[in-house]
Amino acid sequence: MKVRLRNPERVVDVPGPKTVLALLHELDIVPEAVLVIRDSTLLTRDESLDDGDEVEVRPVLSGGRE
Amino acid sequence: MKCKVCREHAVVDVRRHNAAFCSDHFIAHVRKQVERAIKDFKMFRGDDRLLVAISGGKDSLAIWDILLDLDYDATGFYLDLGIGGYSTRSKEAALAFAARKNAKLIVRSLSEEHGYTIPELARLTGRVPCSGCGLNKRYEFNRAALEEGFEVLVTGHNLDDEVATLFGNTLHWHIDMLGRQAPVLDERILGTGDDAHTALVRKAKPLIRVAERETAAYAVLKGIDYIVEECPMVEGNTQHRYKEALTLLEESSPGTKQQFLFGFLERAAGRFPEVEDGVEIVACSNCGSPTVRWDESAEVHCSFCKTKALAAKRKHEGSMERGGKRS
Repeated sequence: MKVRLRNPERVVDVPGPKTVLALLHELDIVPEAVLVIRDSTLLTRDESLDDGDEVEVRPVLSGGRE
Repeated sequence: MKCKVCREHAVVDVRRHNAAFCSDHFIAHVRKQVERAIKDFKMFRGDDRLLVAISGGKDSLAIWDILLDLDYDATGFYLDLGIGGYSTRSKEAALAFAARKNAKLIVRSLSEEHGYTIPELARLTGRVPCSGCGLNKRYEFNRAALEEGFEVLVTGHNLDDEVATLFGNTLHWHIDMLGRQAPVLDERILGTGDDAHTALVRKAKPLIRVAERETAAYAVLKGIDYIVEECPMVEGNTQHRYKEALTLLEESSPGTKQQFLFGFLERAAGRFPEVEDGVEIVACSNCGSPTVRWDESAEVHCSFCKTKALAAKRKHEGSMERGGKRS
């Protein structure tokens, strides 16, 4: 599957099928720190992802408040 | 996962509430958390005029969206910080949202108001960019609210923001800051009798019960086109590092952040005075904003005026130096 990552913007290939949680573990990303989006829909961590999916892993923690 | 309310397919899990929600019930859940915060902390009334500080990011646009949906009189305020393409894109997001919601947005620019951008201010003063940015935003938000006659300034500070601030203040035992960390800060009046005037407008943080991941999910589900990219000047920011550490704890023990913040507000905040004993709050001799009197000198200047003066001085010195080299 194609996984779009942000800050910096990049796309990585990850083989499926696997759950959202397994994908995030494989990418060493803390699930609480991101949203996972497929076709403009949010996915919970138990959702299955297929090899042909295109997903976005969007960070949610912003910084810089004094 | 199934929605806790309707048992339909869930799109968001909120582990600290041991719940998952479909889109409609998640939006209702977030709105309810905001309504509860407004009520529990007596943030504002239905007829108050609210000025909402808008950055173009998920939190400020989400709280503006919620307040408008709840029929509050909420005007947006965007401050252009002059951070290159990042500021351009964040302003576009703010303007597009205002147009979509048919809401009023006041736009001001640091460059036009004070003659510098945040990158220039950091370079001229040697201050950490986030520090100078925070100082200028607080000052300008308050000034705009007072000048435009708003009763309350609303910011998009969420649960994660407040927890990270509390963590930093506790780590360094910033007693004075702990005394001022609250979901709502009353207006500050300076002077007495005929001289009495509001120097600081009332401030409220209605997203205090909503985690950052939840405001992001709310924005996505409501189709709010917020700026996802991070400010280019935030690299290595301390607050961001605290958030990452706290999110690791939250991942292994859901509810940790909420317990830390609300435990503090319920059981410890009252032990820290808003103003320490012996500290005198007076009006800045230049702009009238509240500031601390540290000595007996007749002139007292607030941090904003001191920083602005330093930037102007360094800018002048720089132009003199360049002029000298050319001649």
